[in-house]
Amino acid sequence: MAVKTEAVGKEWPANTYEVGLEKIREFAGAVGADNPVHHDRAAAKSGGFRDVVAPPMFCVVYSAPAMGPAILDPEVGMNLATMLHGSQEFVWGEPVCVGDVITTAPSCKEIYEKDGKGFYVFETVSTNQDAAEVVRGTWTNIVRGV
Amino acid sequence: MTDLKAGDSIPELRTTPDKYLPHRYAGASGDFNPIHIDKEFATAVGLPTNILHGLWMMAQVARANAAVAGGDPRALKRLSVQFRGMGFPEQELVVTGTVKEAGDDRIVVDTVAAQGGNQLIRNAEAEIRPG
Repeated sequence: MAVKTEAVGKEWPANTYEVGLEKIREFAGAVGADNPVHHDRAAAKSGGFRDVVAPPMFCVVYSAPAMGPAILDPEVGMNLATMLHGSQEFVWGEPVCVGDVITTAPSCKEIYEKDGKGFYVFETVSTNQDAAEVVRGTWTNIVRGV
Repeated sequence: MTDLKAGDSIPELRTTPDKYLPHRYAGASGDFNPIHIDKEFATAVGLPTNILHGLWMMAQVARANAAVAGGDPRALKRLSVQFRGMGFPEQELVVTGTVKEAGDDRIVVDTVAAQGGNQLIRNAEAEIRPG
Protein backbone atom coordinates (compact mmCIF):
# COMPACT_ATOMS: atom_id res chain seq x y z
CA MET A 1 0.00 0.00 0.00
CA ALA A 2 1.41 3.37 -1.00
CA VAL A 3 1.27 6.45 1.23
CA LYS A 4 -1.27 9.14 0.39
CA THR A 5 0.37 12.40 -0.60
CA GLU A 6 -2.68 14.64 -1.08
CA ALA A 7 -1.91 16.54 2.13
CA VAL A 8 1.49 17.84 0.93
CA GLY A 9 1.27 21.62 0.98
CA LYS A 10 -1.72 21.67 3.31
CA GLU A 11 -1.79 24.32 6.04
CA TRP A 12 -3.65 24.18 9.33
CA PRO A 13 -4.87 27.06 11.51
CA ALA A 14 -2.19 28.96 13.41
CA ASN A 15 -1.98 28.59 17.18
CA THR A 16 -1.32 31.52 19.54
CA TYR A 17 0.54 31.19 22.84
CA GLU A 18 1.28 33.84 25.47
CA VAL A 19 4.54 33.25 27.33
CA GLY A 20 4.41 33.36 31.14
CA LEU A 21 7.20 33.63 33.73
CA GLU A 22 6.34 30.55 35.78
CA LYS A 23 5.98 28.37 32.67
CA ILE A 24 9.50 29.28 31.58
CA ARG A 25 10.81 28.54 35.10
CA GLU A 26 8.94 25.21 35.21
CA PHE A 27 10.25 24.14 31.79
CA ALA A 28 13.80 25.30 32.54
CA GLY A 29 13.70 23.29 35.78
CA ALA A 30 12.48 20.13 34.00
CA VAL A 31 15.27 20.24 31.40
CA GLY A 32 18.05 21.36 33.75
CA ALA A 33 18.54 24.78 32.15
CA ASP A 34 20.02 26.42 35.23
CA ASN A 35 21.36 29.64 33.71
CA PRO A 36 19.80 32.39 35.90
CA VAL A 37 18.56 34.21 32.76
CA HIS A 38 15.84 31.50 32.59
CA HIS A 39 14.73 32.06 36.19
CA ASP A 40 15.53 35.52 37.44
CA ARG A 41 14.35 38.84 35.99
CA ALA A 42 17.36 40.87 37.16
CA ALA A 43 19.79 38.28 35.73
CA ALA A 44 17.91 38.27 32.42
CA LYS A 45 17.94 42.05 32.16
CA SER A 46 21.63 42.29 33.00
CA GLY A 47 22.18 39.62 30.32
CA GLY A 48 20.60 41.95 27.76
CA PHE A 49 17.14 40.38 27.58
CA ARG A 50 13.82 42.25 27.82
CA ASP A 51 12.66 39.85 30.56
CA VAL A 52 13.24 36.26 31.70
CA VAL A 53 14.18 34.37 28.52
CA ALA A 54 13.07 30.87 27.51
CA PRO A 55 15.63 28.10 26.96
CA PRO A 56 15.79 27.25 23.23
CA MET A 57 13.86 23.98 23.59
CA PHE A 58 10.93 25.86 25.22
CA CYS A 59 9.86 26.15 21.59
CA VAL A 60 8.11 22.77 21.94
CA VAL A 61 5.73 24.33 24.49
CA TYR A 62 4.36 26.95 22.12
CA SER A 63 4.81 25.21 18.75
CA ALA A 64 3.78 21.58 19.42
CA PRO A 65 0.09 22.41 20.05
CA ALA A 66 -0.14 23.70 16.46
CA MET A 67 0.92 20.24 15.25
CA GLY A 68 -2.05 18.44 16.86
CA PRO A 69 -4.62 18.98 14.08
CA ALA A 70 -2.02 18.09 11.43
CA ILE A 71 -1.12 14.79 13.13
CA LEU A 72 -4.78 13.82 13.51
CA ASP A 73 -5.95 14.95 10.05
CA PRO A 74 -7.53 12.01 8.14
CA GLU A 75 -6.28 13.55 4.89
CA VAL A 76 -2.72 12.99 6.18
CA GLY A 77 -3.83 9.53 7.28
CA MET A 78 -1.01 8.52 9.62
CA ASN A 79 -1.48 5.29 11.54
CA LEU A 80 -0.88 6.67 15.02
CA ALA A 81 -0.45 3.19 16.51
CA THR A 82 2.79 2.64 14.56
CA MET A 83 3.98 6.28 14.43
CA LEU A 84 7.38 7.31 15.80
CA HIS A 85 8.94 10.74 16.12
CA GLY A 86 11.86 10.10 13.73
CA SER A 87 13.71 13.38 13.62
CA GLN A 88 13.45 17.00 14.60
CA GLU A 89 15.09 20.23 13.63
CA PHE A 90 14.73 23.70 15.10
CA VAL A 91 16.25 26.89 13.71
CA TRP A 92 16.07 29.74 16.21
CA GLY A 93 15.70 33.45 15.57
CA GLU A 94 14.73 36.15 18.08
CA PRO A 95 14.84 35.05 21.74
CA VAL A 96 11.46 34.39 23.42
CA CYS A 97 10.82 36.29 26.66
CA VAL A 98 8.05 36.58 29.25
CA GLY A 99 5.08 38.47 27.79
CA ASP A 100 5.75 37.51 24.18
CA VAL A 101 2.77 36.35 22.12
CA ILE A 102 3.87 33.61 19.74
CA THR A 103 1.88 32.55 16.69
CA THR A 104 2.73 29.18 15.12
CA ALA A 105 1.61 28.21 11.62
CA PRO A 106 1.85 24.50 10.67
CA SER A 107 2.05 22.97 7.19
CA CYS A 108 2.84 19.64 5.55
CA LYS A 109 6.09 19.78 3.55
CA GLU A 110 6.60 16.25 2.33
CA ILE A 111 5.16 12.72 2.44
CA TYR A 112 7.10 9.78 1.00
CA GLU A 113 7.67 6.09 1.38
CA LYS A 114 11.02 4.41 1.94
CA ASP A 115 11.82 0.83 2.98
CA GLY A 116 8.18 0.09 3.76
CA LYS A 117 7.89 3.10 6.05
CA GLY A 118 5.95 6.32 5.55
CA PHE A 119 7.80 9.59 6.22
CA TYR A 120 5.61 12.59 7.07
CA VAL A 121 7.42 15.92 7.25
CA PHE A 122 5.74 18.96 8.79
CA GLU A 123 6.96 22.50 9.30
CA THR A 124 5.98 25.01 11.97
CA VAL A 125 6.91 28.67 11.68
CA SER A 126 6.62 30.63 14.93
CA THR A 127 6.65 34.42 15.03
CA ASN A 128 6.37 36.90 17.90
CA GLN A 129 4.11 39.95 18.36
CA ASP A 130 6.52 42.05 16.25
CA ALA A 131 6.30 39.51 13.37
CA ALA A 132 9.91 38.43 14.00
CA GLU A 133 10.55 34.73 13.46
CA VAL A 134 11.49 33.02 16.73
CA VAL A 135 11.75 29.41 15.59
CA ARG A 136 11.19 27.23 12.55
CA GLY A 137 10.59 23.56 13.31
CA THR A 138 10.80 20.56 10.99
CA TRP A 139 9.01 17.54 12.45
CA THR A 140 9.47 14.13 10.81
CA ASN A 141 7.15 11.31 11.84
CA ILE A 142 7.80 7.77 10.66
CA VAL A 143 4.96 5.27 10.30
CA ARG A 144 5.94 1.61 10.11
CA GLY A 145 4.15 -0.84 7.85
CA VAL A 146 2.49 1.49 5.34
CA MET B 1 34.98 29.33 22.92
CA THR B 2 36.57 30.57 19.71
CA ASP B 3 39.63 28.45 20.47
CA LEU B 4 37.62 25.31 19.59
CA LYS B 5 38.77 23.74 16.36
CA ALA B 6 37.57 20.92 14.15
CA GLY B 7 38.04 17.55 15.83
CA ASP B 8 37.88 18.94 19.40
CA SER B 9 35.41 17.48 21.89
CA ILE B 10 32.91 19.69 23.68
CA PRO B 11 32.54 19.19 27.47
CA GLU B 12 30.55 16.05 28.19
CA LEU B 13 27.15 16.44 29.84
CA ARG B 14 26.00 13.70 32.23
CA THR B 15 22.55 13.66 33.81
CA THR B 16 20.44 10.95 35.41
CA PRO B 17 16.70 11.53 35.04
CA ASP B 18 15.00 10.43 38.26
CA LYS B 19 11.91 8.21 38.35
CA TYR B 20 9.50 11.17 38.24
CA LEU B 21 11.35 13.30 35.69
CA PRO B 22 9.04 12.18 32.83
CA HIS B 23 6.07 13.39 34.91
CA ARG B 24 7.63 16.79 35.50
CA TYR B 25 8.60 17.10 31.82
CA ALA B 26 5.07 16.05 30.79
CA GLY B 27 3.66 18.88 32.88
CA ALA B 28 6.25 21.37 31.68
CA SER B 29 5.91 20.49 27.99
CA GLY B 30 2.26 19.46 27.75
CA ASP B 31 3.14 16.02 26.32
CA PHE B 32 1.17 13.54 28.45
CA ASN B 33 1.54 10.54 26.11
CA PRO B 34 1.07 7.62 28.56
CA ILE B 35 4.11 5.74 27.20
CA HIS B 36 6.19 8.34 29.06
CA ILE B 37 4.38 8.46 32.40
CA ASP B 38 2.43 5.21 32.86
CA LYS B 39 4.51 2.08 33.36
CA GLU B 40 1.48 -0.22 33.10
CA PHE B 41 0.39 1.35 29.82
CA ALA B 42 3.95 1.21 28.46
CA THR B 43 4.40 -2.47 29.27
CA ALA B 44 0.93 -3.25 27.85
CA VAL B 45 2.07 -1.87 24.46
CA GLY B 46 5.28 -3.90 24.54
CA LEU B 47 7.80 -1.46 26.00
CA PRO B 48 10.14 -2.55 28.85
CA THR B 49 8.87 0.34 31.02
CA ASN B 50 7.85 3.98 30.58
CA ILE B 51 10.32 5.77 28.30
CA LEU B 52 11.85 9.25 28.32
CA HIS B 53 10.41 11.94 26.06
CA GLY B 54 12.60 12.25 22.95
CA LEU B 55 12.29 16.03 23.12
CA TRP B 56 13.59 16.00 26.73
CA MET B 57 16.66 14.13 25.47
CA MET B 58 16.93 16.71 22.67
CA ALA B 59 16.85 19.42 25.36
CA GLN B 60 19.91 17.78 26.98
CA VAL B 61 21.68 17.88 23.60
CA ALA B 62 20.69 21.57 23.33
CA ARG B 63 22.05 22.22 26.85
CA ALA B 64 25.39 20.55 26.12
CA ASN B 65 25.80 22.70 23.02
CA ALA B 66 24.63 25.97 24.65
CA ALA B 67 27.19 25.29 27.40
CA VAL B 68 29.92 25.74 24.78
CA ALA B 69 28.83 29.42 24.69
CA GLY B 70 28.54 29.74 28.47
CA GLY B 71 24.86 28.72 28.46
CA ASP B 72 23.80 31.78 26.41
CA PRO B 73 20.41 30.82 24.88
CA ARG B 74 21.09 33.14 21.90
CA ALA B 75 24.13 31.13 20.85
CA LEU B 76 22.28 28.00 19.70
CA LYS B 77 21.04 28.81 16.21
CA ARG B 78 20.07 25.40 14.90
CA LEU B 79 19.75 21.86 16.22
CA SER B 80 18.81 18.86 14.13
CA VAL B 81 18.49 15.37 15.68
CA GLN B 82 17.47 11.84 14.78
CA PHE B 83 15.72 9.80 17.48
CA ARG B 84 17.16 6.30 17.28
CA GLY B 85 16.45 4.59 20.58
CA MET B 86 14.36 4.54 23.73
CA GLY B 87 15.67 6.28 26.83
CA PHE B 88 14.76 5.16 30.33
CA PRO B 89 14.38 6.95 33.67
CA GLU B 90 16.97 6.23 36.39
CA GLN B 91 19.76 5.58 33.87
CA GLU B 92 22.53 8.08 33.22
CA LEU B 93 22.32 9.96 29.91
CA VAL B 94 25.68 11.03 28.47
CA VAL B 95 25.87 13.72 25.79
CA THR B 96 29.13 13.95 23.86
CA GLY B 97 30.04 16.13 20.90
CA THR B 98 32.80 16.68 18.37
CA VAL B 99 33.42 19.94 16.51
CA LYS B 100 32.92 19.41 12.77
CA GLU B 101 33.57 22.97 11.62
CA ALA B 102 34.91 25.98 13.48
CA GLY B 103 34.85 29.46 11.99
CA ASP B 104 34.94 32.96 13.52
CA ASP B 105 31.16 33.27 13.69
CA ARG B 106 29.95 29.69 13.48
CA ILE B 107 30.75 26.37 15.13
CA VAL B 108 29.10 23.12 13.99
CA VAL B 109 29.05 20.26 16.50
CA ASP B 110 28.18 16.61 15.89
CA THR B 111 26.48 15.31 19.04
CA VAL B 112 25.41 11.92 20.42
CA ALA B 113 23.22 11.16 23.46
CA ALA B 114 23.55 7.66 24.90
CA GLN B 115 22.61 5.51 27.87
CA GLY B 116 25.21 2.78 28.40
CA GLY B 117 26.24 1.75 24.90
CA ASN B 118 22.82 2.56 23.46
CA GLN B 119 22.82 5.65 21.22
CA LEU B 120 19.42 7.31 21.62
CA ILE B 121 20.10 10.44 19.60
CA ARG B 122 22.68 10.44 16.87
CA ASN B 123 23.57 12.44 13.78
CA ALA B 124 22.65 15.46 15.89
CA GLU B 125 24.07 18.60 14.37
CA ALA B 126 24.20 21.86 16.31
CA GLU B 127 25.14 25.27 14.95
CA ILE B 128 26.47 27.66 17.58
CA ARG B 129 27.30 31.32 17.16
CA PRO B 130 29.43 32.94 19.82
CA GLY B 131 27.99 36.17 21.28
